[in-house]
Amino acid sequence: MTLVPSREETAAMIADVLAAYPAKTAKFRAKHLVANASEGGKECEVKSNIKSRPGVMTIRGCAYAGSKGVVWGPIKDMVHISHGPVGCGQYSWGTRRNYFHGLLGIDSFVAMQFTTDFAERDIVFGGDKKLAAVLQELKELFPLAQGVSVQSECPIGLIGDDIDAVARASSHELGVPVVPVRCEGFRGVSQSLGHHIANDAIRDWVMGTGDLADRTPYDVALIGDYNIGGDAWASRRILEDMGLRVVAQWSGDGTLNELSSSHHAKLNLIHCYRSMNYICTTMQERYGIPWLEYNFFGPTKIIESMRAIAAQFDDVIQVKTEEAIARYEKSFEATRTRYRPRLAGKRVMLLVGGLRPRHTVGAYEDLDMEIIGTGYEFAHRDDYERTHAKLKDGVVLYDDPTAWELEEFARRLRPDLMGAGVKEKYVFHKMGLPFRQMHSWDYSGPYHGVEGFAVFARDMDIAVNNPTWDLFAAPWESPMTSPRQAPAPPVSAS
Amino acid sequence: MRQIAFYGKGGIGKSTTQQNTMAALAARGNRVMIVGCDPKADSTRLILHAKAQTSVLSLAAEVGSVEDLELEDVLLQGQWGIQCVESGGPEPGVGCAGRGVITAIQFLEEAGAYEDLDYVCYDVLGDVVCGGFAMPIRQGKAQEIYIVTSGEMMAMYAANNISRGILKYAHSGGVRLGGLICNSRKTDREAELIEELARRLNTQMIHFVPRDNIVQHAELRRMTVLEYDPASTQAKEYQELAEKIEQNDKKTIPTPITMDELEELLIDFGIMDKDDETIIGKAKAASVA
Repeated sequence: MTLVPSREETAAMIADVLAAYPAKTAKFRAKHLVANASEGGKECEVKSNIKSRPGVMTIRGCAYAGSKGVVWGPIKDMVHISHGPVGCGQYSWGTRRNYFHGLLGIDSFVAMQFTTDFAERDIVFGGDKKLAAVLQELKELFPLAQGVSVQSECPIGLIGDDIDAVARASSHELGVPVVPVRCEGFRGVSQSLGHHIANDAIRDWVMGTGDLADRTPYDVALIGDYNIGGDAWASRRILEDMGLRVVAQWSGDGTLNELSSSHHAKLNLIHCYRSMNYICTTMQERYGIPWLEYNFFGPTKIIESMRAIAAQFDDVIQVKTEEAIARYEKSFEATRTRYRPRLAGKRVMLLVGGLRPRHTVGAYEDLDMEIIGTGYEFAHRDDYERTHAKLKDGVVLYDDPTAWELEEFARRLRPDLMGAGVKEKYVFHKMGLPFRQMHSWDYSGPYHGVEGFAVFARDMDIAVNNPTWDLFAAPWESPMTSPRQAPAPPVSAS
Repeated sequence: MRQIAFYGKGGIGKSTTQQNTMAALAARGNRVMIVGCDPKADSTRLILHAKAQTSVLSLAAEVGSVEDLELEDVLLQGQWGIQCVESGGPEPGVGCAGRGVITAIQFLEEAGAYEDLDYVCYDVLGDVVCGGFAMPIRQGKAQEIYIVTSGEMMAMYAANNISRGILKYAHSGGVRLGGLICNSRKTDREAELIEELARRLNTQMIHFVPRDNIVQHAELRRMTVLEYDPASTQAKEYQELAEKIEQNDKKTIPTPITMDELEELLIDFGIMDKDDETIIGKAKAASVA
């Protein structure tokens, strides 16, 4: 049975959905919607990383979200100031669930919200003095904070405050690094530029300033894992089982010291390529540190990645890696045995940020589930180049889709599971489709690593096989046209 | 109540002309308020005999926000009972002065500063560089604009630019151009030239203010000419201008011209030579050789 439409069928579906638009919009959007060809190439090129259409309620974030929310926010022993009016910090407070070890308010500050709370007079007279005063207060209130980052909101760029000068002076005066980040929300087309700006700020203000004692040949840095629901911890366990020493976590549960001494690592291992490839490139150019992309979603990719990483090291690591894989197999097999009968053949559509639309594919396939559509909020061309081969021919790819496009694709394809964010969740629930949040793991997790796969499989099962969906149609109405299949077999006791 | 505003190139003599004219209007028995929209806060200096020590924004910054201000804290009374208020703003190079003007004017409106008046006059800083400085010509604010200019090319260029700003808001807010005030710099055929510019812009040269050193003498004493020497001929000029404004019935939607047309105008008046493109961008030494 083929679960994915042919390329022709998908192309026809795209054309049909586009037909609702005015000609100009249809022409513009057509470049962002493609029927996948696994071999890639010109004909399935996806236009990306450009401005969203006016009038669209886009799911994208802004540069501030990319810098403060993604890259800087998880660094736990620093205070991150949302510099500007109160809203940006307040409404983005705690939304990424970056777990951390430590005492909140003492040596860790991830779950707290700091803002300079701009008012009218700060706009008119400039906010540099206020920023300096806030930095002073922070040092008195939180003496164990190892540093401060200043995350610029839009007005800072508009009124031209010189936060670089304030940062330098305050850093000198207070004796801790103060890092200015010019991540004003109006810059760029999505949060993606914010990732880049944040990487550059680390490069310019932090990188290379620390030292690492007792270096070993097995020192690696774990890059682009934000420890959502404990992801980075699960990933770290695998690397340590392989005999490697993780000297830095960028940036989930990470510290300023780890960032500043990371240039002593022997190898950079990067999970989220989209948000941190910049710093890997810089470290390669400046310190000659090689870097390797890996994927810790699901057994197939975990094992593949472990072997690829081990191949960079000697026999000691390679032997330990094989031993670890052998140990994991039992857990993997138990998860597969338990959930495959309940999930096999289920069709999945995804819309996530810049990595997971391709990185989670293997985990679904490990459960015999099928990806029939996937798309990114803020990917670039190099992300799509990494995507085509991971998917079957005919899978619909959508870049920065509008609500109309995503809902229409879902209405026509009727997937068994939709994976996107909280902004999409309730729309699809109302369409009668099982849904999982693939940004926050729906308050669950981890999904990375060995234990992560078990959690992932369980979560997909409780979404897809929730009996609620069978009660969706009112008794006095005819059953929905949805191809709800036979009830899943019971979970075997294990 | 009539709300008027003075615009013009920086340094053209806006504040001086404005204060002398408003003084004359007040002397004729009108109830007048001057709203200075310039961070330098010097639009009421000649009326108050001192630079206003309190501006809306400096006081607001002191007490917290404009919501905490009382009208009487910022409203000062000068000669002829003229009510004076300065928006104030940041020092050069920081913050956002344009936002300051918006904040200050909104405060004045909400606090009811515009009651029992015959004239409200806005004195606005140099060019309309951003939305904040266009505040007085937006909906519900100044209804007639007077542009202070002279026969110098850049002053005329600025006058044309300001006309474009007025045109932009003419249809949405109903603002009109009241006329050009030529503040003489004693350039060639100045009155004629400004008359012609006014014609092209679909307006009038409402008055030609001759150059007279007495203005400087009065300024040094922080006074208007009218107060310093009411019998002088220059005082008569400002009185005449005030009377013309009072009786002005020619308020128009301007028709800005292009840069090329402006240059043509200068050629027509013999200020620029025709077909003189060979001299453009050429240094003195090069043209001698």
